[in-house]
Amino acid sequence: MDHFGIWLAAFLTLGIYSFLYRDNAWYKLSESIFIGISAGYWVVILFWDNFYAKFWLQRQDDPMLWVGAALGFLMLLRLIPKIGWIARWPLAFIDGATAGLWGMNFLASNIMVQTKATIMPLMGPAFSGSIGDLLSNLVLVGGTFCGLIYFFFSKEHKGAFGNAARVGIWTIMITFGAMFGYTVMSRMSLLIGRIDFLFRDWLGLLK
Amino acid sequence: MRREIPLAITVFVGFLLIISVFFPPVETLGEDFSLSFDIIAVFAFFLGGGNLIRIHLKKLARRETDWMFSIVTLGGFILMLTAGLLKIGNPGDIATSVNTEGMLFESIYRSVFVPLGATMYALLAFFVASASYRAFRAKNREATILLVAAFIILMGSTPLGAMATSWMPESLSIFEIPNLAVWIMSYANLAGQRAIIIGIGLGVVSMSLRLILGVERSYLGKEG
Repeated sequence: MDHFGIWLAAFLTLGIYSFLYRDNAWYKLSESIFIGISAGYWVVILFWDNFYAKFWLQRQDDPMLWVGAALGFLMLLRLIPKIGWIARWPLAFIDGATAGLWGMNFLASNIMVQTKATIMPLMGPAFSGSIGDLLSNLVLVGGTFCGLIYFFFSKEHKGAFGNAARVGIWTIMITFGAMFGYTVMSRMSLLIGRIDFLFRDWLGLLK
Repeated sequence: MRREIPLAITVFVGFLLIISVFFPPVETLGEDFSLSFDIIAVFAFFLGGGNLIRIHLKKLARRETDWMFSIVTLGGFILMLTAGLLKIGNPGDIATSVNTEGMLFESIYRSVFVPLGATMYALLAFFVASASYRAFRAKNREATILLVAAFIILMGSTPLGAMATSWMPESLSIFEIPNLAVWIMSYANLAGQRAIIIGIGLGVVSMSLRLILGVERSYLGKEG
């Protein structure tokens, strides 16, 4: 990064951190720049990567992609209130195709594969005879099963069913705790990265 | 007509794609439709850009609170768009990637987009810390489990966690915090993750069926 780029990045970084004191003009300026720049960034990237590279350069003769382009164009009609209702057509196409594709894919990957991966270590080729592994795998199977029971709201959570649901919520709490721990760690590493940038690249205090 | 045509499109496309899974002559349809999505996504982003311009121009025209920052947002958007679509500073031909060094687009990306994006996310570290201070109280059994799991994962990722339990004998090594963190991630956490993943899968399948069978129509909006 050149000298001007480093100063600009430092100015904007400190502008965002100034929010920790309170909402102020410096923060709002940095935030507005970020919104504008990131919106422009994604429009440009999608235009060159998707429209130009995948369609214009490689598959211009594919009628299916022309249909996609035509539907995409219809989507822009939303900006004209009088004929904005035509924009429902591409939306309907996306909904139908997403339902058709994802319905089948999720059935195969999220339900069948995950269920198989959960059960196989207990009885398949991945079975391990050690007590430790067996107990751990039982925790995995039991936790998954009880977690699913917790998500089943068509029956009142009472009796044995309620107990299983309670174990399910404990399992899910462990997952949330682990996810929270990892989120904190990732944010902290980003923070360390920004501090490193300020002290090393900008101020030159770290070598 | 305004609702029937889109409904027919959804039903037709949905059924076609389900059939394509079982019917070899049309099995590549899924890939073709995915590519069409990518093309539609470009226009969707242009629509998003158009909306951004419209909202901020409206804010400017009405001189709403903080209207001057709308000029900055619009300026940033137009600058990035111009730099990227015209490939200003392009050292090669039109096929050269916009992320090539020397291009104005790439310079802005490196000096503005990356630091701002990283700082925005890093800022959340402070809010996560203050939120956890308020929320992390072992008020009941569920909250205690969450607290303990998060603590072990956090400690397990730091040298302090390893140091704190390094005195344990070999036979109890599973209870060393880093090992405990690995076990939680590999089993207890995975069980919850799988319950959530399977639950999401069941939800997606049922919602897909509702869409394809025309039961779910909320995406069509109101009449008119």
